[in-house]
Amino acid sequence: MQKNGPIALAFHTLVVAFVLAPLLVICLVAFTPENTLSIPTTSFSLRWFREIFVHPDFVASFVNSLWLATLSATIAIALAVPAGLAIDRYDFPGRDGLNALFLSPLIIPHLVLGVAFLRLFALIGATGSFTWLVVSHVIIVTPYVLRLVLAALSGMDRSAEQAAMTLGASHWTVFRRVTAPMILPGITGGWLLAFINSFDELTMSIFVTSPATVTLPVRMYMYATESIDPMMAAVSALMIALTAGAMLVLDRAFGLDKILVGQK
Amino acid sequence: MSRARSALTPWLLVSPGALLFLALVIVPLVLTVILSFHVYDHGTGIKNEFTFAHYLAVVTDDYYLGIFLRTLRVAALTTLLCALIGVPEAYILARMRDPWRSVFLLVIIGPLLVSVVVRAFGWSMLLGSTGLVNQALEAVGFGTVKLLYTETAIVIALVHVMLPFMVIPVWTSLQKLDPSVEAAAWTLGASRFTALRRVVMPQVSMGMLSGSLIVFGLSASAFAIPGLLGGRRLKMAATLVYDEFMHELNWPLGATIAIIVLVANLIIMLAYNRMVEARARRTLG
Repeated sequence: MQKNGPIALAFHTLVVAFVLAPLLVICLVAFTPENTLSIPTTSFSLRWFREIFVHPDFVASFVNSLWLATLSATIAIALAVPAGLAIDRYDFPGRDGLNALFLSPLIIPHLVLGVAFLRLFALIGATGSFTWLVVSHVIIVTPYVLRLVLAALSGMDRSAEQAAMTLGASHWTVFRRVTAPMILPGITGGWLLAFINSFDELTMSIFVTSPATVTLPVRMYMYATESIDPMMAAVSALMIALTAGAMLVLDRAFGLDKILVGQK
Repeated sequence: MSRARSALTPWLLVSPGALLFLALVIVPLVLTVILSFHVYDHGTGIKNEFTFAHYLAVVTDDYYLGIFLRTLRVAALTTLLCALIGVPEAYILARMRDPWRSVFLLVIIGPLLVSVVVRAFGWSMLLGSTGLVNQALEAVGFGTVKLLYTETAIVIALVHVMLPFMVIPVWTSLQKLDPSVEAAAWTLGASRFTALRRVVMPQVSMGMLSGSLIVFGLSASAFAIPGLLGGRRLKMAATLVYDEFMHELNWPLGATIAIIVLVANLIIMLAYNRMVEARARRTLG
């Protein structure tokens, strides 16, 4: 294997510094004892973390986002697993078209989806409803789940399924006892990826949330356009910590590169 | 019986998702296209008459053209910088040994999972008038530079957000390259540069192309970064659509701009597919 030269390593160091700089600054500023956005030099303080809990709207948005992400990721699984089975195992007219339809939210800018959902919800009188917000998030996260489910299905060894069939198991039993356990890593990885994507989504949500259903990213965006104080840094630091935690779980369980790079 | 059942099975499996996606992807998009042709009156709102006026206004008014040009300029610059940084970085990563390789791959693509609002906020702290970058510039004796609320700030933060989308496809295409092929080129007397140009680059270019496409598309429709780092004055397509919908309440005009963004995206995607097919034909002969 060839080695990287000193120039390559210097370049690499700069890129890593560039990637980490904004995240590190947030984590440092979150601990400032001052009233302004400054990096703590003499002492650390947790006052801005405490400040978050004095803002009930942030806590409410956080809980709201948790529910939204949990529900939409779970519904996405319920839709994507059967759809993935149909697309991978059967040949039927319109299969490619349906596959393209399911993956289309990856190509359509979230801005356009946001506008389109707002128009639809306004016409059917569903603006500001949490149920419809969940539905809109299901549309956005299902493609991620479907991709992982399809990868798991096409990658699995089908001889176990055939053996079960030969031994007289019904379709449902085969799915429950053989197929589902075998594609479980794909399903779990898909659920986590869907959860994170729903939890972080801003551009589409900002069009379809009402004051009662504001998600955490939308709340943070609104707050940051009005005023910037170290509390934003504290909230951001918490989100970074949460994401890092989820990332470690994903990486330990499946290999983050596999999930994000999309290779099997 | 059994055959009829097996013909129905895929439809039963796929129908819940398919119905939902038809109702919530196709229908809203069609509604948005229709909305973009509705007449808008500042006094009474959306009228039940139809017009091309919004499309005409957008392509003739200097204000909107300026915003579209800025959007294209920023997206193009972001794509170029992502390629210049991401391609060599992916190559360096591919040549690392484990565990460093996995660790740094995680560092480079991990931020993808951190909310864009968080990353935009981080950059606004770094680039602000009293931010770290300006403190460093002052310490070196350059004096402060206005960075926040400029196109430069938007481009810097966009490059940060988009970099993983360039590294991932390039990395994937590099994985398919057998490292001994490059070594073979050296053994056969090729210089390092020639080996890079004739062996590595052709392999990387497909990944770079698909990375550029993703980066350009996402940058051109980016919302949070221009919203937080461009301020109220410096608008891009997405923040303009948001203003038309939420502040001006001129929904038809907002829908028009959103549809233009969507169509431009699709055209670029189609052009890219053409290019890939042409390339495949050339290499396969």
